[in-house]
Amino acid sequence: MKSTLGLTTTLVIFWLLLSGHYTGLILSLGALSIALVVWIARRMDVVDHEVAPVHFTPKLIGYWLWLAGEIIKSTFDVTRRVLRGRGALHPAYEDVPIDQGTAMSETILANSITLTPGTLSVDVRNDVIRVHTVHKDLLVSLREGGMARRVKALEPKAKQS
Amino acid sequence: MLPQILDGLSWALLLVGSGFTIISGIGLFRMPEFFTRTHAAGMTDSMAAIMILGGLLLQAPDWMVAVRLIAIAAFLALTSPTASHALAQAALADGLKPLLGGQQGKG
Repeated sequence: MKSTLGLTTTLVIFWLLLSGHYTGLILSLGALSIALVVWIARRMDVVDHEVAPVHFTPKLIGYWLWLAGEIIKSTFDVTRRVLRGRGALHPAYEDVPIDQGTAMSETILANSITLTPGTLSVDVRNDVIRVHTVHKDLLVSLREGGMARRVKALEPKAKQS
Repeated sequence: MLPQILDGLSWALLLVGSGFTIISGIGLFRMPEFFTRTHAAGMTDSMAAIMILGGLLLQAPDWMVAVRLIAIAAFLALTSPTASHALAQAALADGLKPLLGGQQGKG
């Protein structure tokens, strides 16, 4: 019930931000579409504690800024490799062990790896992420686990599951 | 003075973002196989998208437009890794094997 309320609130806020037209007809159509989405989500049985980012912490903003820095650095790296051509490539496709604790943390880490140019997470299972990188050197920094540690620090300590 | 500085910054972001999009496109052609091409294409998804949306954000006439641009950036940050992941999974399921380090010269 708490999750349904959370989902509804998020959708209402989101709809109000995106719409900008606050007349009776449009508002009621918005209410109708939100009700429809909540009803479908409940029928699909996907309304649970993961539906709304309720443990959205201010730490996340710091992480995004750090990730943006990483994206800028690796964009220049991939740009250099694109312009140099095949000589600058040494693709690798290997498992990187992870220890994130929660599924949310694993997802954030896998998505961050993919968002960073030059590294792509292909598969996540049994505490490893299978990563394809444009050069084998990029695997070394992933194995050092700086990104994994930062992602893990985002999770509230009490809610480890 | 401030509007001119913001305008200049906006143009710089838009131009550099477009530059990265072009390099990403060149990469799509120059890279030897599927997985390395995904890396080149990924530059458009992350870096170029952030810069172009940032440039547009500085041009936003009111906060409603700004909020929508930020929402686009947020959704792009969620959907583009999902799409890259799905593409890579589909390629693997289809039996495509990534070309690895030493095999480069032969391609």
